[in-house]
Amino acid sequence: MAATGTAAAVNVNEQYNYDIVRKFTIMTLVWGAIGMFVGVYIASELAWPWLNFDNPYITFGRLRPVHTGAVIFGFGGSALFATSYYVVQRTSQARLFSDGLANFTFWGWQAAIVFAALGNVLGHSQGREYAEMEWPIDLLILFVWVAYLTVFVGTLMKRKQPHIYVANWFYLAFILATALLHVFNNLAVPIDLFSMKSYSLFSGVQDAMTQWWYGHNAVGFFLTAAFLGMMYYFVPKQAGRPVYSYRLSVIHFWAIIFLYMWAGSHHLHWTAIPDWTSTLAATFSIMLLLPSWGGMINGILTLSGAWDKLRTDPIMRFLIVALSFYGMSTFEGPMMSLKDVNALSHYTDWTVGHVHSGALGWVAMVSFGSLYHLVPRLWNTPMHSIKLINVHFWLATIGILLYITAMWISGIMQGLMWRAFDDFGNLQYSFVESVAAAHPFYIMRAVGGAFFLSGMLLMCYNVFKTIRKGSVGVEAVGIEGEGKLSPNAA
Amino acid sequence: MKHDKIERNLGILLVLTMVAISVGGMVEIIPLFFIKETVEKVEGVRPYKPLELRGRDIYIREGCYLCHSQMIRPFRDEALRYGHYSLAAESKYDHPFQWGSKRTGPDLARVGGKYSNDWQTQHLIAPRSLVPQSVMPNYPWLATTDLDYSDINLRMRALRKTGVPYSESQAEYERNVEEFGADVAKYLHIPDAEKNLIGQAQQGNYDTNPDKLSEMDALVAYLQMLGTLVDFKKYDDDYFVKFR
Repeated sequence: MAATGTAAAVNVNEQYNYDIVRKFTIMTLVWGAIGMFVGVYIASELAWPWLNFDNPYITFGRLRPVHTGAVIFGFGGSALFATSYYVVQRTSQARLFSDGLANFTFWGWQAAIVFAALGNVLGHSQGREYAEMEWPIDLLILFVWVAYLTVFVGTLMKRKQPHIYVANWFYLAFILATALLHVFNNLAVPIDLFSMKSYSLFSGVQDAMTQWWYGHNAVGFFLTAAFLGMMYYFVPKQAGRPVYSYRLSVIHFWAIIFLYMWAGSHHLHWTAIPDWTSTLAATFSIMLLLPSWGGMINGILTLSGAWDKLRTDPIMRFLIVALSFYGMSTFEGPMMSLKDVNALSHYTDWTVGHVHSGALGWVAMVSFGSLYHLVPRLWNTPMHSIKLINVHFWLATIGILLYITAMWISGIMQGLMWRAFDDFGNLQYSFVESVAAAHPFYIMRAVGGAFFLSGMLLMCYNVFKTIRKGSVGVEAVGIEGEGKLSPNAA
Repeated sequence: MKHDKIERNLGILLVLTMVAISVGGMVEIIPLFFIKETVEKVEGVRPYKPLELRGRDIYIREGCYLCHSQMIRPFRDEALRYGHYSLAAESKYDHPFQWGSKRTGPDLARVGGKYSNDWQTQHLIAPRSLVPQSVMPNYPWLATTDLDYSDINLRMRALRKTGVPYSESQAEYERNVEEFGADVAKYLHIPDAEKNLIGQAQQGNYDTNPDKLSEMDALVAYLQMLGTLVDFKKYDDDYFVKFR
């Protein structure tokens, strides 16, 4: 934002690099709106297939990676860059290491997402879920990621606090793990240096294991550990209370980063991978419940003594409901990793519902809460409308509930229909009967998504109005400091 | 060691975090490259012929794996609906694997030979003309787009680098004759790839239009061979259980 360079804001901008945080904050909203719109569109394609319009570029198969890329890496990734750059500066009381590298992470990351989306639409795909980007984009992401690690670690090295704050442990683990996963899951041989096309280095069983080690831990670190880092800064800040238990944060940090990496092959139960990997993964998935709930408990109990805030503060509501959804989906996950449950749930819409209760309920809700906390501080002015935050909260919550309820019903129904036998021992239903039965729930899911999207658009509007006001207000308000300008001060 | 020390020392925090996140993957993935029982020994599994390979590329391009699995699980209902459960060996030349994670449409691991070429072509052009309740997109452009096979040699060479036994030299060709028989080995020979691709398309006439070598030819050729390579009558089921 050009407007943020106003003279009055110079002091705070000398102490901290807020410019990069503002940029990523804005892109979080942009990618959120785009990614969720594509999500609603492809959900509608499943309900009304004529929406594919016989057009190769917008078929479900090509748009689905555009949706996942835009929401995970565009929305989620930008939210993580924004908050991690903010948190590491505030908790280290140091300015970000290297403005140039930080800017490179911004432009490089945005370019990667745009290229990935264009590539998917044009049919360039590695055929690996959540890693569809072809090799040139993978290389770009790698460079950005090394720069990110350098900026983050460089800032921690400049810290004026002897201790590294707990939120930063989680961000650090996320950056390291993502690097590891990205490199090994994208090992591929390009057919030519001037071609986008490549073939994965591994095949079959080994390739499947690598992909789901990646896929599961993209969830574990990108969408969980990193957002726990976010939680560990913004929940205590918004609540005005210290983190509930220091000891719990230590234990659940080490447990969660160690255990997550073992659980990937629960995505491959009953497939051609060896049973021992499958059993091992299920065992670790069950254990994973404990540190996951450790994080949830630590976040929710941070509010003890200030529960009344839930009545008055919609931002707190976002954060606490996010933690509740986190608790729910990290219970559902281990349950679905049991082989017998998985036999029913795998390949069905239940999995899709599970992912979205985590992605919408936890990742998006905790991001919304954190950004609503952050935006007034970045633009030196209270939010345009607290009331609209409240409306956003309800739109989002209703949207999620519609979405996951629809997917629970259709998922369990599909699982049961596929395995149903008639009295003569024949299959009771043909496959397409299960497709037809899911139709009403696909509509319900699209409606739920539309609710969630409209909340997202409302947030864009609210933040836009705030920024407009802020860029004018900076000179008048000056840089009087943190906290005082909180929307809840009144 | 008190945790306080880790929190004050970035180096220790970095190293310990790296160790903690590396163990799981190493224990579960690395052995799969060395334990011999991971992939069964079965006859019949072979690399894709050039036309099938291009078909598979199109399958990946269109994102078919996002709605169709290629992995039949060892359950009674799946055996009835789809056939014998999938073996690890059946995807040993799959770069990348296409097992999928979702069945918005049915599993395709053994769809080969289940429907005629006519049916497959018509179904891809307009799925709802054959299955009214289907939610699959129409893919009419597959039948009207000429198949680009100009870089088929490059594609096979890249796969050869990953370990797929496509042959470049006469010696490699003869090794393939020994392993797969002459009928198959000729299709795995990179210098003849273009000739073989055209030949298979003309002979198979997969898109039911003999005048055109379309993307439909390639995709249907791929679909029609899926799951057909292993002759399960040759094996006792107990044999496969050993490898699970």
